[in-house]
Amino acid sequence: MSMQALEWPKEGNARVPYRVFSDPDIYNTERDRVFLGPTWQYLGLAGELPNIGDYKTTFVGETPVIVTRAEDGQIHAMLNRCAHRGNLVCLKRQGHSDDGLTCVYHSWRYDLSGNLTSVAFRRGVAGKGGMPDSFQLESHGLKKLRVDQFAGLVFGTLSEEAPPLSDYIGNMIGARIGRVMRGKPKVLGTTSQILHNNWKLYIENVKDTYHASLLHSFFTTFRISRLTTAGGVAIGESGAHHASYTRGKEDLPGADQLYAGIQSMHQDYRLKDPKFLDAVDEIGDGITLQILSVFPNFVLQQISNAIALRLVLPKGPDKTELQWTYIGFEDDDAEMTERRLQQANLVGPAGYVSMEDGAVGGFIQRAIAGGEDECSVIEMGGHEHGSQETRATEASVRGFWHAWRPLMGY
Amino acid sequence: MPLAEIARRIELEDLYTAYADCLDSDALEAWPGFFTLECRYRITSAENYAAGLPLGLIYATSQDMLRDRVSALREANIYEPQVYRHLITGLRIGKEVGGALELGASFLVVRTMQDGEMTLFAAGRYVDHVVKQDGGWKFASKIAVLDSRQIDTLLAIPI
Repeated sequence: MSMQALEWPKEGNARVPYRVFSDPDIYNTERDRVFLGPTWQYLGLAGELPNIGDYKTTFVGETPVIVTRAEDGQIHAMLNRCAHRGNLVCLKRQGHSDDGLTCVYHSWRYDLSGNLTSVAFRRGVAGKGGMPDSFQLESHGLKKLRVDQFAGLVFGTLSEEAPPLSDYIGNMIGARIGRVMRGKPKVLGTTSQILHNNWKLYIENVKDTYHASLLHSFFTTFRISRLTTAGGVAIGESGAHHASYTRGKEDLPGADQLYAGIQSMHQDYRLKDPKFLDAVDEIGDGITLQILSVFPNFVLQQISNAIALRLVLPKGPDKTELQWTYIGFEDDDAEMTERRLQQANLVGPAGYVSMEDGAVGGFIQRAIAGGEDECSVIEMGGHEHGSQETRATEASVRGFWHAWRPLMGY
Repeated sequence: MPLAEIARRIELEDLYTAYADCLDSDALEAWPGFFTLECRYRITSAENYAAGLPLGLIYATSQDMLRDRVSALREANIYEPQVYRHLITGLRIGKEVGGALELGASFLVVRTMQDGEMTLFAAGRYVDHVVKQDGGWKFASKIAVLDSRQIDTLLAIPI
């Protein structure tokens, strides 16, 4: 693959060179400028760490981090990389420690907010060896992230330049997070998918309001959400974040004619036991579906009563881990929990309306081999990336590139 | 071991052999018939199962929901042609509670894609209950507990 500088096409956000999905140099630059740059990264739910000493490990891009509930009762995050020789400090995905964090390699110890508290054999043995007198514990803590919360969601950043989290998310998207995250979350389960594609191909898929009823026949066939159902897409000014929505279930007149002949429409397919589609309008605003993204790689999904958080983690130019956390709320009764579990059949690796998303990015990744200098065409709904009162548009896909390009210098 | 117990073990081993053969030979329309009408079927990870989290990657509470799953795979969902090979072994026969017999077994699933790529797709164990109906054993409940939390690409065909 040639490493010549990438010239962005003159059509701007309406064209994306395929090279950005496969070039290892672009991938490495992204790690520094996007994931370690002035962006906020989803780290978890505040409720996952209820007690002092609770910790979990996750990633900012590919960089491992520890998230803790520290001695001060607050949530902290720091790199999971010992300040001594770079070893992983926490090995488990989740855990609890009553006496800070200790690196297994040489027993360097840190408190729960990442400050170095002791070094084994710091004074050596019998007056020999040990650390020089100039060694200062306070200069060798774990590298700390800025941490903030929004509606119970914990985000972190390694950048001093990132604006405050609430400014970063903005009012338009913030309100749409708030309408879903309106109670104390209760985790119903987690899963993860390995996708054989660049992480941005999955993000494009999330932000692509055009594909859902075309690729996912299930949506269309059962009239859960079609482009002919009322809906739209809200996009923040920067283009970075989006929320698409479907309002109600009623189709516009003539909807079946518009879908006639489209392969995703199977008029004669009926479910024998449709109870997993029994939904209630729990929020009371008639929005039956909302897919929301926070740049660069966090997704909040409400499909009827199936609510899930998705984290999209890059694992190489052509490999991505998609982590799912399915939630309900503490005040759900047994009937509501059952409803969420039933509707979870729609999403995840085996989801009726999501399994195709696990594969389609891989199909693109295979198809663009040898076509690095060609471009995708992203013109549905015009060339702009503002909010639209329709989902027959790719405005939020363009919004992603509008936010990504300046970070990367394109 | 009494002869009746030996005979029962052979019947139950045959049940799993037939179950694996059904899924692996693309006879998916016959798959719901291994279950009772009011069955429960769930695929989850060992991590969720150990934590008592109720999520299912597939979560069904009736035989009809299993039939719907099969018709969706045939009619609606899009996925690349692929086949499974289940190796089910280590049958453990537990207690009989309320007319249902507790069973456990280990499984490996090798997935082969249309281009020939083979992967070890899943390993785990079944946590099952069977009942005798019309002279044969049916699953009243089946939980496929996957050792890994990661699914490669997607999970279309049941485990």
